[in-house]
Amino acid sequence: MAETPETERKNAGETPADLLAPEVEAWFVHEVLPLEAALMQFLEHNWRNRNDIADLRQDVYERVCDAAHKEIPASAKAFVFRVARNLLIDRVRKEHVVPIEAMADLDALEVAIDMPGPEHNVIARDELRRLQAALDRLPPRCREALVLGRIEGLTGRQIAQRMSVTEQAVSIHIDHAIRALANVLYGDPADIRRKS
Amino acid sequence: MSGGEQVAAPSRAMEIEAQAAMWLRRKAFWDWTAQEQAELDAWLKEASAHRVAFWRLNAAITRTERLSALRGAESDEQTKKKSRFLPLIIRASAVLAIVCVIGAVGRSYYRNSLTEDYQTPVGGREVINLGDGSRVELNTDTVLRTNVRAGVRSAELVRGEAYFQIRHDTAHPFVVEADGHRVVDLGTEFLVRDDLGHLEVTLVEGRARIDTKTGGSVVLKPGDVASVIADKISMTQKPQAILANQLGWRSGVLIFKYTTLADAASEFNRYNSKKLVIADQASARRTIVGTFPVDDVTAFTDVVQDVMRLHVANRGDEIVISR
Repeated sequence: MAETPETERKNAGETPADLLAPEVEAWFVHEVLPLEAALMQFLEHNWRNRNDIADLRQDVYERVCDAAHKEIPASAKAFVFRVARNLLIDRVRKEHVVPIEAMADLDALEVAIDMPGPEHNVIARDELRRLQAALDRLPPRCREALVLGRIEGLTGRQIAQRMSVTEQAVSIHIDHAIRALANVLYGDPADIRRKS
Repeated sequence: MSGGEQVAAPSRAMEIEAQAAMWLRRKAFWDWTAQEQAELDAWLKEASAHRVAFWRLNAAITRTERLSALRGAESDEQTKKKSRFLPLIIRASAVLAIVCVIGAVGRSYYRNSLTEDYQTPVGGREVINLGDGSRVELNTDTVLRTNVRAGVRSAELVRGEAYFQIRHDTAHPFVVEADGHRVVDLGTEFLVRDDLGHLEVTLVEGRARIDTKTGGSVVLKPGDVASVIADKISMTQKPQAILANQLGWRSGVLIFKYTTLADAASEFNRYNSKKLVIADQASARRTIVGTFPVDDVTAFTDVVQDVMRLHVANRGDEIVISR
């Protein structure tokens, strides 16, 4: 395999106006996000500094979506992991960080690619169970704010009244809940999956 | 997030994620104006890092919509009402149809009650109240022949698409014929579409049975979609949201959710004499989300041109879309 990383033409100059192209968003949501747990595992496995992982993940997503604007890749899985690998190689070179031993370890990559996407073929009941479990893992106040808003359909103002806190506090709870929910649903569904 | 708190100094990516969460929260939980939407769009266009962060959080929060189902299990009247919204509308209009028929049209139809032909032109839509309390809505370019009199209740869909709200009568089941196949009502609202030898029957409420001309037979439950091609029946289930999209024409709109341009164009072409042509495969595979009036091709081509950045050329009785 050639070692040259194919850089994914970041900021390639032209700024097409269909940046909000719904097909790219749809592809990202349905094909890429379900790979997040495997991607995180791959990154953690191949990168020492855990504090970088979320950033690396977002970098991968950025590159992947930039490429998808030109053409939606045939296999999301193969593409995402190739981009992830190239990104790590780039980072190693640019930052002169100590290369990690696993970097050359293509086996790890293959393993990650072969992992079944956790979200595929989820039947509705599983989805509900997963969501419930994800909610259960949020901090209580965040969960309460989110549940009042999303399930009971209250507005921010009503949530503040119901929880007897300021609207600003509600904002903080909800922002945190949204981010934590995404992490639990996509990045770290491990223990939810294992229960099944 | 394995147990510990998040990192100390927020990185660039995490700052962007915080901004994305802020947008999403404002959009989902506070009053949201066109002005704010424009600001959000501008922010999203600024960088792909913004978009992926927003898309990811938005996908997560969208999934929580399903949780209202759990609510239903806990039997909360409020949400129950909400989740039953669609069937309620349909049921209400069925009742309405019955009332109308008895009051006004009913008798006249009983009087000359042999077969009646109804036809809608391209772009047309028509509601027919049958003499027995049933009601049929014809979509564009449709021909329906009805035969409703004492003891006989049938209709033949010669071509096109029709939405049937049938007043059930066990002794005299309503029969719709299309392409030689028969759809037998067992207490029903359903949609029948005959698309050049491809018959599609969607059951919205109640029960119905399809008997193919070659003797095959299948009973449909609500949400079931039966496709009959070359006398073979295949069945799929459609969630309510998709059914609602498919029935958009009843209120004069086409609803697209990640629909390919090829499919969207052929939907529009059913309603308009000026035909949309997609010139290349790549454009045909692009997808679109939106709700458009069935007769407003321009609204559609504007989006194709301005948002999707494809070329739109007006050529006589054709509109050609290309890269």
